[in-house]
Amino acid sequence: MTVTTDKTSGAVLDFSDVDVRFTTEFGSVHAVKGVSLHVNPGEVVALVGESGSGKSVTSMTAMRLLPSNARVGGEITVNGRGIRTLSEGAMRRLRGNDIAMVFQEPMTALNPVLTIGTQLTEALELHGIASGKRAVDRAIELLDMVGIPEPARRIKQYPHELSGGQRQRVVIAIAISCDPKVIIADEPTTALDVTVQADILDLLRSLKEKLNTGILLITHNMGVVADMADRVAVMFKGDLVETGTADEVLLNPQHEYTKMLLSSVPRLGAGRAQMGVNISEDTIDRDAELAIDLENLVIEYHRLGKPPFRAVDDVSFQVRQGEIVGLVGESGSGKSTIGRCALGLIPAAGGSFRLLGQDITGMKRRQLKAIRRRIGVIFQDPAASLNPRLPIGECISEPMVVHKVGNRKEQEQKVYELLDAVELPREVYNRYPHEVSGGQRQRISIARALTLDPELLVADEPTSALDVSVQAKVLNIFSDLQARYKFACLFISHDLAVIDLLAHQVVVLQNGKVVEAGPREQVLANPQEEYTQRLLAAAPVPHPGEQRERREQRHALLRELGDEVSEIRASGGEFHRTFVQTEEPKDL
Amino acid sequence: MSDNDKPELPGSGREHLSPIPEQHDPGAPQHREFVTTDELSVEKQIDLSQKSYSQGELIRRRFFRHKGAMISLAFLLFITIMAITSIGWGPIPGWWPKNYWEASFVENGGRPSLGFFPPAWGEQPFGQEDAGKDYFALTMRGTQRSLTIAFTVGILTTILGTAIGAIAGYFRGWVESVLMRVTDLFIVIPLLVLAAVLGQRSGGGIWPLAIMLSLVSWTGLARLVRGEVLSLREREFVTAAEAVGTSPWRIIFKHILPNTMGTIIVSATLTIASVILLESALSFLGFGVRPPDTSLGLLISTYQNSFTVRPWLFWWPGLIILGIALSVNFLGDGLRDAFDPRQSRSE
Repeated sequence: MTVTTDKTSGAVLDFSDVDVRFTTEFGSVHAVKGVSLHVNPGEVVALVGESGSGKSVTSMTAMRLLPSNARVGGEITVNGRGIRTLSEGAMRRLRGNDIAMVFQEPMTALNPVLTIGTQLTEALELHGIASGKRAVDRAIELLDMVGIPEPARRIKQYPHELSGGQRQRVVIAIAISCDPKVIIADEPTTALDVTVQADILDLLRSLKEKLNTGILLITHNMGVVADMADRVAVMFKGDLVETGTADEVLLNPQHEYTKMLLSSVPRLGAGRAQMGVNISEDTIDRDAELAIDLENLVIEYHRLGKPPFRAVDDVSFQVRQGEIVGLVGESGSGKSTIGRCALGLIPAAGGSFRLLGQDITGMKRRQLKAIRRRIGVIFQDPAASLNPRLPIGECISEPMVVHKVGNRKEQEQKVYELLDAVELPREVYNRYPHEVSGGQRQRISIARALTLDPELLVADEPTSALDVSVQAKVLNIFSDLQARYKFACLFISHDLAVIDLLAHQVVVLQNGKVVEAGPREQVLANPQEEYTQRLLAAAPVPHPGEQRERREQRHALLRELGDEVSEIRASGGEFHRTFVQTEEPKDL
Repeated sequence: MSDNDKPELPGSGREHLSPIPEQHDPGAPQHREFVTTDELSVEKQIDLSQKSYSQGELIRRRFFRHKGAMISLAFLLFITIMAITSIGWGPIPGWWPKNYWEASFVENGGRPSLGFFPPAWGEQPFGQEDAGKDYFALTMRGTQRSLTIAFTVGILTTILGTAIGAIAGYFRGWVESVLMRVTDLFIVIPLLVLAAVLGQRSGGGIWPLAIMLSLVSWTGLARLVRGEVLSLREREFVTAAEAVGTSPWRIIFKHILPNTMGTIIVSATLTIASVILLESALSFLGFGVRPPDTSLGLLISTYQNSFTVRPWLFWWPGLIILGIALSVNFLGDGLRDAFDPRQSRSE
């Protein structure tokens, strides 16, 4: 099923009935099944879908960068040229000059052993834009355009010396260095924090507005779609199920899949009872015992030959029995460190950490084991958190074996009970983790965490590696289980919407310090601190109109706080004029 | 190219034509609280109708498809069975009528009687040596001894190397420093010299020699295992096991080592190949197996002077050494390919 909208002849990127198959050991995989799509100059087309939908594969066909076991059918034109018949040399000239790419993970997209300058000038020299001193000057200009301060100094630095957001700006600078007509941005902000994400999106938007570049934005985040896209194409298992303008698709979805996808996105500020998630408010007893009681906690990482790094600095908060406390913060805020300390994996350098009424600082191994019996844990990465060599049943029963609870028969019974609770068929008992997908593995992790009926659960970003629809299911199961078993939970997340959905109390962390803490309604609806306000303003919502308003508000907030809105620092005409080729391109 | 593998769109009314058996199986377990999510989920259905492959089975499957490894395995089995059954093992007699210690009258200048056109086995297929001993029996005896040493050393170094590597990698700190410095010490001394000194002291018996060789060749595996353990111990499933209160030994044996099996098995195979060569070199130099017992290396050494006159005395043990070393190496390659994690099984 393909939906085609009116096609203007000036499309810079045009996919027509693109079909991709991969030959593998277990037969052929049909990854893309006849997708037609086009991107006009100065237009952002969002290609949306969850993992396995074929969105990245579709975009890679335009760069001709698929692995050799891929068979591609259909017609792809970039800037009016059919690329399937181009020679390898012509294709190399096309990459960069006409079509460029911005990748998901800026750390791996940049070569760690070359300076930023070398990587920028390489593109310029290869495409004959500039060479030598002129190329360096141009590189500095480009860095300045994408909003990197002190570009002349930065150009001599290596990727690891820059922050994640700055690295992504460098990747964008490289992408625009040869003035391409179209940029493919493959999940450009997925690896970044929300505030940085908002800045990078602002920058990308200004590319479209000022340079008239077409952008094919690949993303799974509906908020990003609402913020950026002019048109949206939704992919599901290799098929294009719906296309239309952002307003049409997001506000009035036609296809069942799009509807389901949109209904699975938790919305910030929409309150409880979304997606069937039910967290009861009345179970909280104000005088309940404390599951976690932190007082002036300090955690330090020791470094060789340097003063220790203080990851958590003077943090105090409490978690009551039966209560979910959301620990929010961006990367490097120390939220996971606190979680690991709660599991007794990292010692505290100062302050006190009382777990279920006992002080765990300086506890003996035996005592620690006794207290660990009462705590469950869920980690972020579903691929890494289960032992690939153990069948699923054994993964779940492992805590009982370690603590010698029950005999074999009882353990098996408990595993079946838990599999039922997380809505997995009992038959998976003897299967291996690699046979099930990410969300199912995460449900197995939840089952394992609940094996010993813990009083406290530490969940470290349990859903951030999952697709939205899968996340909805996992959160749903999680909330049901919480209502049934009434465990206290320290829920660590960077996603404010998820926290809004689940938590009773919210603690906002920044650089190892508590910025703001209190009941959910107070912190998320009426934030007092500047940092919390920024965080909330940066989180995109999947509603184009609303998001436009939020963006304006955020820009107003930034200006009020004395920051500038990030955008490309060049006007379109001036930018394009510099690309009159001055020398013959090298034979690539 | 047909489109048969394309599942019908949900809601199109033709879902029952789907080639995925789960989707139209009324007896399949259904969990339909979240109806829309289930039908449109990107999560793959857990296909319970298909046979479940554990990781071990997947690896075995790939290994058995590796032609080079299979040919090598067949060759190695052939040599091993030949060596054991022909002259027998210990008191058990074999099917070959001659033995390797009795001298007899040298016939036909000791020339091999093995013929290919027409195929003929003859009285002395590999010929006879100076004193008229049957060279086939001698070579088989040498093969037995060399293989015994190689496999003993292979097993012992694997145990030693894995234990040292795993302990160093998991416990870190001073334990790691001590163990790894000892490893470095063994590595900086040239292997052949060390083995020669230790081999000299072992007195020529094959069991002491095997133990001595094991003591010098565990270092490579120890470093490999340590590296693997260092990366595995940071994985979340190990952290999860620690958080549950699992003891360090259980974590090492139950959670970490099974995941390093690939490295260990591959390395053990390659160790066996190199030990065959090391033993031959030592015996050739006179520091390994000594007469009256024999080994392939010793046979070559003993008859090196007759190479120009009676080249078969050199070629038969030489070819067998070559064959064993090559086939074990190919086996190692096949195993490495089978364990290769680049094959994506998940997702």
